Amino acid sequence: MSYHVNEKGFYGKFGGAYVPEMLYPNVEELRQNYLRIMQEPDFQEELQLLLKDYVGRPTPLYFAPRLSEKYKTKVYLKREDLNHTGAHKINNTIGQVLLAKRLGKKRIIAETGAGQHGVATATVCALMGLECIVYMGEVDIERQAPNVARMKMLGAKVVPATSGSKTLKDATNEAIRDWINNPENTYYIIGSVVGPHPYPDMVARFQAVISEEMRAQLLEKEGTELPNYVVACVGGGSNAAGAFYHFLDEPEVKLVAVEAAGKGIDSGESAATSILGRDGIIHGSRTLLMQTEDGQVTEPYSISAGLDYPGVGPLHAHLFESKRARFENATDEEALQAVLELTRLEGIIPALETAHALAVLKRLGAKPNETVIVNLSGRGDKDLSTYLKHFHFDEQ
Amino acid sequence: MNNRIKSLFAQNQKGLLSVYFTAGFPNLDDTETIILELEKNGVDLIEVGMPFSDPLADGPTIQASSTVALQNGMTIPKLFEQLHDIRQKTQIPLVLMGYLNPVMQYGVERFCQKASEIGIDGIILPDMPLQVYIDEFKELFEKYNLSKVFLITPQTPEARIREIDSHTNGFIYMVSSASTTGKTIGLAEQSQAYFQRVAGMQLQNPGVIGFGIHDKETFSAACNHASGAIIGSAFVKALQQEGSLEQNISTFIQSIKN
Ligand SMILES: Cc1ncc(COP(=O)(O)O)c(C=O)c1O
Repeated sequence: MSYHVNEKGFYGKFGGAYVPEMLYPNVEELRQNYLRIMQEPDFQEELQLLLKDYVGRPTPLYFAPRLSEKYKTKVYLKREDLNHTGAHKINNTIGQVLLAKRLGKKRIIAETGAGQHGVATATVCALMGLECIVYMGEVDIERQAPNVARMKMLGAKVVPATSGSKTLKDATNEAIRDWINNPENTYYIIGSVVGPHPYPDMVARFQAVISEEMRAQLLEKEGTELPNYVVACVGGGSNAAGAFYHFLDEPEVKLVAVEAAGKGIDSGESAATSILGRDGIIHGSRTLLMQTEDGQVTEPYSISAGLDYPGVGPLHAHLFESKRARFENATDEEALQAVLELTRLEGIIPALETAHALAVLKRLGAKPNETVIVNLSGRGDKDLSTYLKHFHFDEQ
Repeated sequence: MNNRIKSLFAQNQKGLLSVYFTAGFPNLDDTETIILELEKNGVDLIEVGMPFSDPLADGPTIQASSTVALQNGMTIPKLFEQLHDIRQKTQIPLVLMGYLNPVMQYGVERFCQKASEIGIDGIILPDMPLQVYIDEFKELFEKYNLSKVFLITPQTPEARIREIDSHTNGFIYMVSSASTTGKTIGLAEQSQAYFQRVAGMQLQNPGVIGFGIHDKETFSAACNHASGAIIGSAFVKALQQEGSLEQNISTFIQSIKN
């Protein structure tokens, strides 16, 4: 079984490029060029230097002693929260902006949910002197205000998406419409392993640095490159794709993808796509999709803006169907508890998205001599007001 | 292959008026009335829009009409039910237009079979890729005698236009400029060059220009370069005016034709 994209752009039956003809030339230009450009020595040189000196890579693989003690297994945290801008998202935006420059594009657009991808895009646009427009759902603009402020400070224009549930899906719709209307000068930096081929593969390759480092770092610490478990949260699936990438063909490594259950799988307010979704098409990709019987996309829900998405990347749909990855989910409440736990046990305040991955440590089933790597995708600064309110720290 | 689209273009080379509307808008059961009134007012071809929750290629007007139509309860089975006896009332060429996901959930073969039984002549699914059509669905569409209409844009390379032309029978939907539906900037000079380029290619299928056509002037301009033109958003807007459906349709179509 192959877990990599085939020459037609599919992972098993998932993936492809289901785009209207208006987008065909853009997507085709990218498809024909991305691998070639990514393999050019001067591209790699520029990318590696920026990842090291600007982003701050490699990020540490931290052995978490008190978390390990609590869950009676060896827990390591891959510290993507220590990247510049505070999440894994910048691994991808640095790569894509270098690609955009080589394709001669002057105007950058992006969608964002939690605002981390928006901030990471605004950041690289400031760095490269490019115009930046970020689409963000109205609901997310409200609940992730600190990131909206950061994007504005960085010179990006933040455009509210006001249709549908006013969250990530709708922001993505607006970004795609912008691209249809500006096909020649504009590059669309997608923030996750979603969208038409070649985006899922390209974003996964840019995020793959996460698992590449994990292997080398674990070898140093444990004498083996292979952990027993790799755990990551899944919105569109980019941090998980990066954390899984170099373990996909190592069957003894258990890959655990954690989706947002919202208020509970059966509550009608959830974003657990693998359980609630069916084979369908969203944002140019065939994948698992939450939808009605008639094929209308349903509005997902999660407290975490970055996981509040009715689809999942086609790679993950394939990992789910082929059973290569185990799919778990965590509710809003479990995620919030995991935030407080990590904060108080290890002195690290994680993002709400990341907390979903931490929340499944209790039911992972890892043994005391086994190693678990949790991908700590981002830090919690953007979520502080939610945390203060939930834990009533604002009243003390 | 012989269907109403073929006959229409065989008889008329110029000035064909095609109108799009979203089924289920403004009211769930307006579908038949709109079709019959359009025909009465001299429209040549009708595109019946199947509403989708996330219409990526559409601007605000058709997005909004789709949202209302879905709230009204429009679905593919409902639409087929409404169109069940339509061929006893009109022979105007009918094309169903929508996004792939609802059709895929209904079942593509079942969809083609049902559409063909009713007497639908063509299908437009902008997000069904040409290659997927060729590999998986072309045989089905041919079996059920349905024209599969593809879009081209000013950015579509000549070789791809020729490939599309070779896999289509009916007409080619020439998107006037790089945009979502409903932009009313008129037809830019670049568009004219593109229309002329396509006209010069001597394609086997006639071309019909759509996107941005919203009044008599833009309609006539488009007709100078192709067999006809398609009006969508402007018509959907006209349906929202005060007054009866019949009146709104007649006022709008007459404003285009006279
Ligand atoms: C910190 C963090 N983790 C995870 C995600 C989810 O995205 P993905 O599944 O693409 O990693 C986001 C998205 O905004 C995020 O900000």
